[in-house]
Amino acid sequence: MGKKTGKQTYHFANPPVVISTGTVAGPFEGQGPLHADFDEILTDPRNNETTFEKAERSMLTKACQFALDHASCATTEVDLFLAGDLLNQIISSNFTAVTLGIPFLGLYGACSTAALSLGLGAMLLDGGFAGTVLTATVSHNSTAERQYRFPTEYGAQRRPYQQWTVTGAGAALLGYDRPGPKITAVTFGKVIDLGSTDPLNMGAAMAPAAADTIHQHFEDTGWDPNAFDLIVTGDLGKIGLDLCRQVLAENGLNLGENFSDCGVMIYDLQKQDVHAGGSGCAASALVTYGHLYKRFARQELNRILLVGTGSLHSTTSFQQGENIPCIAHAVRIEA
Amino acid sequence: MAKPKLTPAQQKYQNKVKKAEPKPDYLRNALSAFFSGGLVCLLGQALIDFYTKVMDVPPKEAANPATATMILIGALLTGFGVFDQLAKYAGAGLAVPVTGFANSVVSAALEFREEGLIYGVCAKMFTLAGAVITFGVMTAFVFGLIHAIFH
Repeated sequence: MGKKTGKQTYHFANPPVVISTGTVAGPFEGQGPLHADFDEILTDPRNNETTFEKAERSMLTKACQFALDHASCATTEVDLFLAGDLLNQIISSNFTAVTLGIPFLGLYGACSTAALSLGLGAMLLDGGFAGTVLTATVSHNSTAERQYRFPTEYGAQRRPYQQWTVTGAGAALLGYDRPGPKITAVTFGKVIDLGSTDPLNMGAAMAPAAADTIHQHFEDTGWDPNAFDLIVTGDLGKIGLDLCRQVLAENGLNLGENFSDCGVMIYDLQKQDVHAGGSGCAASALVTYGHLYKRFARQELNRILLVGTGSLHSTTSFQQGENIPCIAHAVRIEA
Repeated sequence: MAKPKLTPAQQKYQNKVKKAEPKPDYLRNALSAFFSGGLVCLLGQALIDFYTKVMDVPPKEAANPATATMILIGALLTGFGVFDQLAKYAGAGLAVPVTGFANSVVSAALEFREEGLIYGVCAKMFTLAGAVITFGVMTAFVFGLIHAIFH
């Protein structure tokens, strides 16, 4: 077990490189503060497809193609494709895998999929099982709303603590012998259930899982949180982020200005009427593969900790009165 | 639907969540529901008057075409994508009158159109409104029974 440090953290002896990324954002996300960092912004939420589900998978395929094109890499050169999404039986990823024709490992980590696939992909590379790995994830506001909540045209008033599912897709190509930021460590999280049952307040449900994984990462590595330019959670939103900060502080870990959340960063919370912020697989994927990756390229960032957060409930489990189990995975990325 | 019992650690965290959750602005919501609901009712009354005075429908029966017209308006607003924008502000003012019922049926029908006419539109049209219909039919049955026995 030479690569494992502490209880849940793995260090990579030969850190894999994030060679390239690809991002496709929805029209609403394109109006947000990070619009300049996306490869493509859709003008039509249906992306000229007949259904929202088809639009979702077309975004995922496009994001993968962007990542491959940016690295001038053919699909035949990629050993494995790691992807997941929010829809039942991860159909968006399955259909994209048909188009790409790369051996496929389907993942379900809900909104933590970006971090989960980066961590797993890095393990496969460092373990010598693959030379090049493509990881990707997608979410769409209209498909997620239909599956988890109400029809899109249903006139329900949104709660002030509710989040907005991000429409977008992100892909990252991992490999070796190319320039780019490196994945140096990963902490896989435990599933945490602190009794939340409200699927409209997922930030609050996921905050303890994020806090647990962050705490474990620093305990395992013995590092100082100030060594990071940015510690960024996936999609806790404004309220979840505050709760996570509180829980961490109670456990003796005080995080400063370098602690933020992708769901808070992706929208203009004052102007865009998204209440507590963004959520969904695409929140962390768009922010990390778009915004943060470009900041790495501009040498504005040197070291970040991406903490992907996911709530692992289903509509059945929640309707049967079960709590919402949540997870978080932390990936350390260094220039 | 029995809620699982919370451990002390879970309870402690849930108390924290309760404190962190911003409350909706109840007064503003109630006022806007009151006025928008009032406007909907005003429109309904105007329709009843229109049907009695202009179309010569007997006053006792004029409520039926008026209700149908309100349903049509609610359905059209849903189809044009306006209803959910209005409901954001009006809340219960639009949801409680028959317009809300129209919205719940039409939005579901639109949403599942892609799954086909029979298994999509027809089967899933009442996913939201089904409970309302069930309770409506049940209540009508019970009160009908009471009426039949004591009349």
